[in-house]
Amino acid sequence: MTATAPSVRPPGDAPGGDERLLRASPLRKLMGRPELGSVVGAIAVFLFFALIADSFLRASSLATVLYAASTIGIMAVPVSLLMIGGEFDLSAGVMVTSSALVSSMFSYQMTANAWVGVGVSLVVTLAFGAFNGFMLTVTKLPSFIITLGTFLMLTGLNLGFTKLIDGTVSSKTIGDMWGFDSAREVFASTWTVGGMDLKVTILWWLVMIAVATWILLRTRFGNWIFAAGGNADMARAVGVPVKRTKILLYMGVGFGAWVAGQNLLFSFDAVQSGEGVGNELIYIIAAVIGGCLITGGYGSAIGSAVGALIFGMTNKGIVFAEWNPDWFKFFVGAMLLLATLLNTWVRRRAEESRS
Amino acid sequence: MRRAAGAVLAVTLAASALAGCSATGGKRAEERAAAAKAGGRSAVNTPKWTIGMVTHSADGDTFWDIVQSGAQQAAVKDNVKFLYAHSDQAQDQAQLVQSYIDKKVDGLIVTLAKPDAMKAVVAQATKAGIPVITVNSGAEQSKAFGALTHIGQDETTAGEAVGEQLDKEHRKKALCVIHEQGNVGLEQRCAGAKKTFTGQLQNLYVDGTSTPDVQSSIEAKLQADPSIDSVVTLGAPFADAALQAKQTAGSKAEIDTFDLNQQVAAKLGSGALGFAVDQQPYLQGYEAVDLLWLYKYNRDVLGGGNPVLTGPQIVTKKDASALEAYAKRGTR
Repeated sequence: MTATAPSVRPPGDAPGGDERLLRASPLRKLMGRPELGSVVGAIAVFLFFALIADSFLRASSLATVLYAASTIGIMAVPVSLLMIGGEFDLSAGVMVTSSALVSSMFSYQMTANAWVGVGVSLVVTLAFGAFNGFMLTVTKLPSFIITLGTFLMLTGLNLGFTKLIDGTVSSKTIGDMWGFDSAREVFASTWTVGGMDLKVTILWWLVMIAVATWILLRTRFGNWIFAAGGNADMARAVGVPVKRTKILLYMGVGFGAWVAGQNLLFSFDAVQSGEGVGNELIYIIAAVIGGCLITGGYGSAIGSAVGALIFGMTNKGIVFAEWNPDWFKFFVGAMLLLATLLNTWVRRRAEESRS
Repeated sequence: MRRAAGAVLAVTLAASALAGCSATGGKRAEERAAAAKAGGRSAVNTPKWTIGMVTHSADGDTFWDIVQSGAQQAAVKDNVKFLYAHSDQAQDQAQLVQSYIDKKVDGLIVTLAKPDAMKAVVAQATKAGIPVITVNSGAEQSKAFGALTHIGQDETTAGEAVGEQLDKEHRKKALCVIHEQGNVGLEQRCAGAKKTFTGQLQNLYVDGTSTPDVQSSIEAKLQADPSIDSVVTLGAPFADAALQAKQTAGSKAEIDTFDLNQQVAAKLGSGALGFAVDQQPYLQGYEAVDLLWLYKYNRDVLGGGNPVLTGPQIVTKKDASALEAYAKRGTR
């Protein structure tokens, strides 16, 4: 399963002739990373708001920014893996809402422990992901179309089912049921660290980044992702199970939606059925800022995290800077473009310096 | 060549300035009206407090624009720095409130359209010693969450007023058009109307962010069921869409609406619309800022623990002419 990391060879037995076996210098390695540009962009955005908005640098403000980034980042990680695998998922935004709704409605209607709903919700979201991947591999239609269909279907299911079962457009509260408190601890608790109220989503996010990075760089499956996204036919020809890879990637997005959805539910106790529309684009943007290519085959999980961080900083920085909210979306869009431009420019410079 | 072109341009501009002016409406009429308004100077010398307002409004919403203009007017008078932010996603709205708490504002105005999502942040604010006033939606939860007071219209009461009015007009079958999914207040309006209305009332869900969608949905409904004799929209911009739909569908239904704007006031006057139920949004913004100022200045709290009501006020043809001018300047 895992390819072992190259250990440091004892000096003296290095085959001098083969340049492929030479170890790249750390700096050179850094220059080749997809997320390098986005890190520069993130630093630029951070400095910008630190100078412009006086309350941006407060510990509590940074905690809010991190929370905002983590709610996007949790989804941006699997979405970035999927994009490296060469596919889109437009249903990712409403899937988060579906996940929260399934969880709360199942617990409430069955009068079951909240954890039962959490488990059922995981199965359901994985099934949604599998459905997306399955439809994609069976129909050979572009993922843009397939997931656009799923997106609309889920939007309708969210509202229709909630109205049918609960009689209103938001799910019933499950705050007084068994298991709610322990589930809240896991999905939506807050830790106070040195005056910062850090949400547990940040921890989930970090774990997901670590796992995704390990998968990408250290496992055979990671190689399959890059291969499937780079050139599916070539990958198939050399024996990469492209179909299975893509279905698993979509299930990964389902898993992300499950985590984000449970956070939504246990933070707020009741869920509005009409929400989540439009967020799928934000996840994609975060992945792209982080260095994922729209065409697939290139990118990183860490990059998506930096992209989510840029989005979180921009989103909240504008509020801290007290800019007129009418222009809010314009500024977000402009910032994102600038960050992405800076990112590609840095990457190009890096590639030039390597050759 | 270029000079000739310049001369031609200058002549045309001059000619149009002389001959092509409209004596009515337009920018100049607006300027004249603005000149007649009160000057924008503060009337008090209290310190420059900062008050932040976070609503559940989507981008570009008429109603919230009026709330904002009321709040801004009061802020100018009370020497207050007024900040405004909004998001129609619950999680985002909660994060925006948190941002204002991080900014250490002196007062907060929050809408509780999605009360469960706002519970924790409002508690955070009160813990940080920031007085909170809730507006527009969330009368039931306001006190429990620790807010000073609530300003708004009781949605159920407003809905009941509509049901009674429909009965008065001997309507049989009404349609209640809900334009924002997940907004409890809108649901309550339709439920209230259903309660007092002796005829049949159905809910119709439309996407309020897309006017063509609103129109085509109502149109389809009216075509499918010609026996509908009244359509109630829950926001002023949607009344116009309902009127268009009524025309295209060739329906005889009367269109009534919640809330006012310039077009609604004009159409009430011309008789195209039946009645409007106003909750006076200007008052919601204005009073929220003013009551926070009073609390900071004098620890005054209005309402004696009960919500301060700004509606419902049923507006018909006879009030329309007076309101039209105010709607025009964006305060009604």
